[in-house]
Amino acid sequence: MAFEPREEQKELKYKELRIYSDEELNNYTEEELKGFKIKHEIPVCEELEKGPWPSFVADAKREALHRRKLADDRMMIERDVVEDLLGQLEISFKEGETHWKHGGIVGVFGYGGGVIGRYSDLPDKFPSIAHFHTMRVNQPASKFYSSDYLRSICDLWEYRGSGMMNMHGSTGDIIFLGTFTEQLEPIFYELGHVLQQDLGGSGSNLRTPSCCIGRARCEWACYDTQDMCYELTHYYQDELHRPAFPYKFKFKFDGCPNCCVASIARADMSFIGTWRDKIQVDQKAVKAYTGGEIKPNAGAHAGKDWGAFDIQKEVIDLCPTRCMRMEDGRLEINDAECNRCMHCINVMPQALRPGKDTGVSILLGAKAPILEGAQMSLLTIPFMKVEPPYDNVKENVIEPVWDWWMEEGKNRERLGELIQRQGIQKLLEVLNIPPMPQMVKEPRSNPYIFWKEEDVPGGFKRSIEDYRSRHAR
Amino acid sequence: MALSTERLGLYNPNKPMENRLTDLGPRHFWQYFPPIIQKNYGKWKYHEILEPGILVHVAESGDKVFTVRCGGCRFMTVEHVREICDIADKHCDGYVRFTTRNNIEFMVDSQNKMEALKKDLNSRKHVSGSYKFPIGGTGAGLTNIVHTQGYIHCHTPATDASSMVKAVLDELFDYFQGMTFPAQVRISMACCLNMCGAVHCSDIALLGYHRKPPIVDNEVLDKVCEIPLVIAACPTAAISPTKTEDGKKSVKIKEERCMFCGNCYTMCMAVPLADKVGDCVTIMAGGKVSNRISPPKFSKVVVPGLPNNFPRYPEVCQSVKQILEAYAADANKYERIGDWAERIGWERFFEKTGLPFTEHLIDDYRLAYDTYRTSSQFKYTEASWNVSRAVGGIE
Ligand code: HEM
Ligand code: HEM
Ligand code: HEM
Ligand code: SF4
Ligand code: SF4
Ligand code: SF4
Ligand code: SF4
Repeated sequence: MAFEPREEQKELKYKELRIYSDEELNNYTEEELKGFKIKHEIPVCEELEKGPWPSFVADAKREALHRRKLADDRMMIERDVVEDLLGQLEISFKEGETHWKHGGIVGVFGYGGGVIGRYSDLPDKFPSIAHFHTMRVNQPASKFYSSDYLRSICDLWEYRGSGMMNMHGSTGDIIFLGTFTEQLEPIFYELGHVLQQDLGGSGSNLRTPSCCIGRARCEWACYDTQDMCYELTHYYQDELHRPAFPYKFKFKFDGCPNCCVASIARADMSFIGTWRDKIQVDQKAVKAYTGGEIKPNAGAHAGKDWGAFDIQKEVIDLCPTRCMRMEDGRLEINDAECNRCMHCINVMPQALRPGKDTGVSILLGAKAPILEGAQMSLLTIPFMKVEPPYDNVKENVIEPVWDWWMEEGKNRERLGELIQRQGIQKLLEVLNIPPMPQMVKEPRSNPYIFWKEEDVPGGFKRSIEDYRSRHAR
Repeated sequence: MALSTERLGLYNPNKPMENRLTDLGPRHFWQYFPPIIQKNYGKWKYHEILEPGILVHVAESGDKVFTVRCGGCRFMTVEHVREICDIADKHCDGYVRFTTRNNIEFMVDSQNKMEALKKDLNSRKHVSGSYKFPIGGTGAGLTNIVHTQGYIHCHTPATDASSMVKAVLDELFDYFQGMTFPAQVRISMACCLNMCGAVHCSDIALLGYHRKPPIVDNEVLDKVCEIPLVIAACPTAAISPTKTEDGKKSVKIKEERCMFCGNCYTMCMAVPLADKVGDCVTIMAGGKVSNRISPPKFSKVVVPGLPNNFPRYPEVCQSVKQILEAYAADANKYERIGDWAERIGWERFFEKTGLPFTEHLIDDYRLAYDTYRTSSQFKYTEASWNVSRAVGGIE
């Protein structure tokens, strides 16, 4: 099945878009790099060039050398930006304190996010990083790229920025690390007009949504994570760019309960793929596993000798609901009791697969510890069918929750904190759904119920005279 | 249309709203899928890990896609990204993907192409000797460490991120390239309590933490900050309004109430916390996000504060190794670090890892009582005998 993007996508050809020539791109040799010293002494940083793991210092130095050898008019910000960054990093290591100033309100017109302002507090020493603003570039769903696209991004960013970036930031965006205020608008124009590419979110608004690899390469995806991520990101562009929320809000899309993008820990609204029919079982393949013909867990444990595969010990006894058993050489699953933890499927991917009647569970309210401690998302909607354009999710879940949060949320209060403050009871009202035992680990152990007046026969209004007519003072 | 080279490109500062394009969103994902992914989208049958870092996914059509996963620094220059593009062009028809944990994945459609790709990747090293594209990060092994900005870009860090990740992964490199653990191990790193990486549900979390209350910059506070907002920012109500001797409005901090969260500094630049010896590294362990077998869980604090010993953090590396070695030796197959600790009991966790249990590890924040043990079920370890001895219960 092929997808229709919401708008026609300009084809990007590097050879038509490029800024730098091949000579400019290959302007130094390995030999020169070996002997290369940046203009500051950085022995502590250089210690990090040793060791097998890729060294970001070694990488930074080659960009520094590359910039040294570009002509003056081939970079719109200072050529020394990488060298100055390393120089400041060295001082931070020596002093054990950062040298970036607190914030700074910069951005592009009309957007409340996408740019994080940053200034060095040592601008005289490191003038090339006096301004060092980052820009967040909204990644394509699940982070596949063509080299045409990446090379074009590289030329743009080397020409108008530091040439340093994050692939990717924690929320998912490509992060352009460090440019001057003057270049923010020009970069935004190049991105939009030439690359048909927008910025991501920051500030009190919808943050850039992200998703797992899903159907592109994973047999367990229970819904189309990429498509849903793409559709909701586009549909809610206004919420993403123009802060109108009490605080940040994140969507993340996991295709199954393995949660590869950690939605349950990181998203105010976590979408986790699941199913409501039976696990698909191929009994022949089960035999192949028990017979030792196929390695368990797709070979994930190959580095150590764990002995022969024992289906009883490794699958049936570890099933958290004990809903499986072997009967006459067949694996029987009592699917009604299964809680879809994915363990058996992970162990025997060639024999077991999620069911066919799939959808999502929606969980609400995860956040990192600031302020009242970390929270994970709370199971709110057990199962929901999701098909483009996802109107049921938009109209019945996302928008009512946002309306409530925008109405009641205090400044810098995440959704999870509001749920804690006002209770699941309020959330039920907002979503117009009945309570279910699945929302809690166990019922409450205190009887301090906030009975509502309408719950109690006769209401709360009573007269003391009436009471006194029966009880003396 | 080529990328422009004029100083301000397509932007006209005299008419800033002219031709402004907004709300374009991200580009569509479909065009970036290699043909074999497009063809088999949603029709994958199963996958296998052929060796550490190498996956094969088999489609219902019989097509196979081979993936080579390499560790990447999340901090990358355009020079590195161009090299990634060169590899993608040479072996993968120009396609490449990045994972959530900052790994780079190259995909090809045959075993032969995979072998050539592997050889090429292994041969690429920085001039100073480190790999550019180490292969690994799959199965019951250690994958890449996700992390935040630290001294590279942020104003609130209590430690640095890129350097700590480099130091720890150098130490644990064999685990990245092997699959010798009982289950997968996910390490995450955040340089302050804001936890931009949301590290609180990781097998091991490395966290920068301030340990000295803010210093108040009375000279400017009232000019640069909204005093009520600063006061409201503090979760423990440690901040109150005051006047300096020369009559300036400012705030004062009740030091014994401060838990060093830095939230006041987020609201106001005039109350910095950073300090060379005050700032430290906290290690948390036993969290996870997957629902496999047991539900997702939070990481727990197991080492309260280690020094920021730049650039190699030997104490941090050592503690992480102690946890991983004890886990690898003792846990059952499929058991994550948190599941293992719960099965053997946290008292045994501290015994087996050799990490000291100090009073800092006992919760004294809100809801602390929920973590107290209210049962007579426990295991005897040296720590329990020390208590018996101290009260004269035994010799
Ligand atoms: C109260 C909590 C938080 C505060 C005050 C906060 C503050 C900040 C600040 C100041 C930066 C700028 C760093 C720089 O200079 O580039 C930043 C970056 C970022 N934050 Fe947060 N943050 C918080 C929580 C989170 C969480 C929980 C996440 C993700 C789950 C997150 C995701 C990001 C991302 C993706 C960036 C961009 C840089 C990066 O990837 O590390 N933040 N945050
Ligand atoms: C038992 C639990 C889990 C299983 C069986 C599992 C399985 C997998 C599989 C098969 C892939 C490869 C997908 C592909 O290449 O097509 C994958 C990728 C991934 N998983 Fe999981 N996963 C589990 C738990 C987790 C957890 C707990 C996390 C995060 C804390 C996580 C994060 C990721 C990430 C980020 C990727 C992308 C590749 C990478 O960055 O290394 N997974 N997982
Ligand atoms: C705010 C909550 C509570 C209040 C105001 C309260 C109040 C009282 C009062 C006034 C009495 C004495 C009645 C008398 O005159 O004989 C009493 C007795 C009792 N309460 Fe509570 N109580 C509360 C919560 C609880 C809870 C949570 C439990 C159990 C877990 C509990 C268990 C008992 C028992 C067992 C007795 C009877 C003791 C006896 O046999 O003399 N109470 N409570
Ligand atoms: S979350 Fe599930 S569907 Fe998505 S990549 Fe991970 S294992 Fe596959
Ligand atoms: S998915 Fe989990 S709960 Fe369901 S049968 Fe498999 S192991 Fe048991
Ligand atoms: S975790 Fe803290 S110090 Fe690190 S980037 Fe985020 S806000 Fe900055
Ligand atoms: S660091 Fe946190 S606890 Fe301490 S004064 Fe600031 S806001 Fe309050």
